[in-house]
Amino acid sequence: MPKLSVYFIRAALLYLLAGFTLGALLLTQKGLPFAVEIWLLRPLHIEVVIFGWILQLVMGVAFWMMPRFAEAPFRGDERPAWLAFICLNLGIWLNLISFLIYDAALLGLAGRALEVLAIVLFARHLWPRIKPFADKLAAKGRE
Amino acid sequence: MPTLSRWFIKTGLVYFVASLLLSLLQKMGAAGEIWSGLSAFTPLFYHWLMLGWITQIIIGVSWWMFPRRDREQPRGSERMGWVIYGALNGGLLLRALSEPFVVRGTDPLLSGLALLAALAQWLAGALYVAQIWPRVKLK
Ligand code: HEM
Ligand code: HEM
Repeated sequence: MPKLSVYFIRAALLYLLAGFTLGALLLTQKGLPFAVEIWLLRPLHIEVVIFGWILQLVMGVAFWMMPRFAEAPFRGDERPAWLAFICLNLGIWLNLISFLIYDAALLGLAGRALEVLAIVLFARHLWPRIKPFADKLAAKGRE
Repeated sequence: MPTLSRWFIKTGLVYFVASLLLSLLQKMGAAGEIWSGLSAFTPLFYHWLMLGWITQIIIGVSWWMFPRRDREQPRGSERMGWVIYGALNGGLLLRALSEPFVVRGTDPLLSGLALLAALAQWLAGALYVAQIWPRVKLK
C-alpha cells in the first residue's frame, strides 16, 4: 500500500471512530433524551461519516488499486492526489467549525469549495489510470 | 475469499436490497396516503444503506485484501472479526426495532433497545478500527 493510501485510510478510520461516536450520542439522545443540544451534532455526524469516512476511504483504496503504468512513475503524477488529501481534510474541518458557530455561511462555502477542489484534483490524478492493467513490467512497481 | 469476508459482503448485499425495498415501501405509503408514520423510517433507510451496505462491504473487502498483518495471523483475529460482524448486524437489527418507533423516550423498552443499538454499532466501529489499523501500512 503506498504512503498516500496509508494517510487516506488511517484518516478515514479516525473519522469513522469520531463519526460513529457522534452517531451513538445522537441515537442515545433519540432513544432516551438527556440533552437537547446533542442535536446540534447532527450535521457534524453526517459530514464526518460521508466525507471523512466513506469518501476518504474510497479515495485511499482507489489510489492504491487502480491500474499503474508500465514505467516509473508507476502511479503517474502523485502531486494532485496529495493536494487532494490536504484540501479534503481542510474542507471537512472548515465545515465542521461552520456548523458550530453563528453566521458561518462564508466559512461553510470555503469548506465545501475546498472539498470540490479536492475531488477535482483527485479526478485529475486518477483519470489517466482508468485503463487496462499494464503488463508484467508494471508488476515491478508494485507496492 | 475468506469465509468472514463472504458473510460481510453477502449480508451487505442483503441490506442493499432491503434498504431500497424499505424506501420503495415508504414511497408507496406516501403515494397511497396509507401510513404517514413511514417517514420515521428515513434514518433507518440511510443507515441500512450506508452502514448495512457500504460500510459492511468495506469491512468485508478490507479484511480480505488489505496487506497481511504478520505470518502467524495474516488477517488478525478471526474471532474478533465475528464479534464485529455480530455487533454491526445485531446493532442494525436492534435499531430497526427501536429507532422508527421511539417517541421522546416515553417507552422504556424502546429506549433500552435504542441504547443497545447505539452501543453495538459504536462497538462494531471501534473494534473494526482497532483490528484493521495494523494492516494499513506500506507493503
Ligand atoms: C457509515 C456510517 C454512517 C453514515 C454514512 C451515516 C449517515 C447519516 C445520515 C445521512 C443521516 C441523516 C439521516 C436523515 O436525514 O434521515 C444520519 C443521521 C443520524 N445518524 Fe448516522 N450515519 C452513519 C453511522 C451512524 C452510526 C454508527 C450511528 C449510531 C450509532 C448513527 C446514528 C445516527 C442518528 C441517531 C441520526 C439522526 C437521525 C434523526 O435525525 O432522527 N449513524 N446519519
Ligand atoms: C449519480 C449519483 C447520485 C445522485 C444523482 C445523487 C442524488 C442525491 C439527491 C438528489 C439527494 C437528496 C438531497 C436532498 O435531500 O436535498 C441525495 C442524498 C443523499 N445521497 Fe446521493 N446521489 C448520488 C450518489 C450517491 C452516492 C454514491 C452516495 C453514497 C456513497 C450517496 C449518498 C447520499 C446520502 C447519504 C444522502 C442523504 C443526505 C442527507 O440527508 O443529508 N449518494 N443524493
